[in-house]
Amino acid sequence: MVLPDQVLFAMEAALNGLLSGVMYALVALGFVLIFKASGIFNYAQGVMALFAALTLVGIQQGQVPFADLINLIPGVEVHSFGWTVPSVLAIVLTGLVMIGMALIIEALILKHLVNQPPIILFMATIGLAYFLEGLGDTMWGADIKTMDVGLPQGMSGTIDNVTNAWFGYGFYVDQLNIVATVVAAVLVALLMLFSQYSKQGRALRAVADDHQAALSVGISLRFIWVLVWSIAGFVALVAGIMWGARSGVQFSLSLIALKALPVLMLGGFTSIPGAIVGGLIIGIGEQLFEFWVGPLVGGATENWFAYVLALVFLVFRPQGLFGEKIIERV
Amino acid sequence: MLDANPEGYTTADGRKIGGVLMEMRNITLRFGGVKAITDISFDIREGEIRAIIGPNGAGKSSMLNVISGFYVPQEGEVWFHGQRRAPMKPYEVARQGIARTFQNIALFDGMSVLDNIMTGRLTMMKTGLFSQALWWGRAQAEETEHREKVERIIDFLEIQSIRKTPVGRLPYGLKKRVELARALAAEPKLLLLDEPMAGMNVEEKEDMSRFILDVNDEFGTTIALIEHDMGVVMDLSDRVVVMDYGKKIGDGTPDEVRANQAVIDAYLGVAHD
Repeated sequence: MVLPDQVLFAMEAALNGLLSGVMYALVALGFVLIFKASGIFNYAQGVMALFAALTLVGIQQGQVPFADLINLIPGVEVHSFGWTVPSVLAIVLTGLVMIGMALIIEALILKHLVNQPPIILFMATIGLAYFLEGLGDTMWGADIKTMDVGLPQGMSGTIDNVTNAWFGYGFYVDQLNIVATVVAAVLVALLMLFSQYSKQGRALRAVADDHQAALSVGISLRFIWVLVWSIAGFVALVAGIMWGARSGVQFSLSLIALKALPVLMLGGFTSIPGAIVGGLIIGIGEQLFEFWVGPLVGGATENWFAYVLALVFLVFRPQGLFGEKIIERV
Repeated sequence: MLDANPEGYTTADGRKIGGVLMEMRNITLRFGGVKAITDISFDIREGEIRAIIGPNGAGKSSMLNVISGFYVPQEGEVWFHGQRRAPMKPYEVARQGIARTFQNIALFDGMSVLDNIMTGRLTMMKTGLFSQALWWGRAQAEETEHREKVERIIDFLEIQSIRKTPVGRLPYGLKKRVELARALAAEPKLLLLDEPMAGMNVEEKEDMSRFILDVNDEFGTTIALIEHDMGVVMDLSDRVVVMDYGKKIGDGTPDEVRANQAVIDAYLGVAHD
């Protein structure tokens, strides 16, 4: 098949956009989970991803947590346990740390803020974000780390060959993005199965819908919150691994949360499919916009395109594509 | 008199009423300086339909919220099954076998009728989070078992045709019925109904009355209800507590209550000298 170059380039851009959109969706997913179940916009979601990534790398490389603090004691000098932990085990351990974090967050923050207006809880998560950021640095050090859990990286040879055979032009697609897509698909499928068919999933949907009614059928809100924050922690871990592998584990990792905001505005804050579709639209839109309009305005449109799109949505469809429209009955 | 007989009594229509299931002893509930309930005592016997009535603001709903654990009274004791109940959270009360409905319907609007009613059985599901993931088959078998019970309640309340409809789309009268179904799904020992007939038309009221009587008759469920419609209350209930301004002003069979001067005054007003 022979297609004009411009069409081929656009297709390549769209495909790459689709795949990087999945990465945005991964982050947005964590926001949606917590927002749906408790009406809290969790500002700390991005920092949770950073913290998870830092912990994972730290455990994997056998770093001593709080080494800098411990070394303040005169005569003590520790940095590493001197072992390395296999990736899978390190991921499981980090998952446990995230569950522990959910328990602590519930006990120290959420429990004391029951029945407070959402803005108070939002402020609390801002505090949580700064605390976690500092804690991550203190525990594992502020240097830039590389995430290596054995994910494939670089150009995908298969796609290059296949597209070369079809169009006579090989598409460049990063293998990591393909892995991320598969992982995200599995994650979303698991979350859907869990929320539709398990007892706790049903309880979770019930809490998301009406706290009072949930209490009256015997659901413990505290248990559900710990559960939700654990799941959100796990999603943060997955996002942290993917983004960490892509661009290194450092403070700027927490800023991926900013990319999730337009995704949420597009998809709606309360919809898991919305988070996915929103991510994909922004991913594709960003790439195609850069491809067609970028050259006319001097490029670098990726930096602002998503936010402008979100702004348009805020004006014309504030509930997003899949969000619940709030109609006040008079 | 009724209270004199610990073994229970037989109603006019021949139903056997058992011993005391729940007893409120000298309950006082305050919100800041406002006394919502002042020193009220009464009991609810096994198998009985017990009504709490009174003019607006009498503290009826507050009393129901005390029973279901949403409010914790400052003074007084709640006895259930012959044991004093420590102050507990609403979800713990629910797990003890006390189910309720709300005055302003509290359903899960985004979920289907069937899912809503299934939540009523959450406390009875045993399989935990991890065994659900590991032994999918067992969890499925349990789900099927609960589904059967729920289907029976759906048949009973005649809501088969709306099983898959999201609750948010239902009209008011049906929502009330779904809420009753969810409470019943928990197979409660004590069922609390907060104004089950508020805002209904005559036909819907008749349906609801019939369901309440049938529930009591068929499942032997003890029911405590709050209602404004005096006619309905007098027809349905075995015994009635009358409240006014947070105080108990009457307690007895519908006929006794009807003849009680304090009750008549509270409802019709007192002539000023």
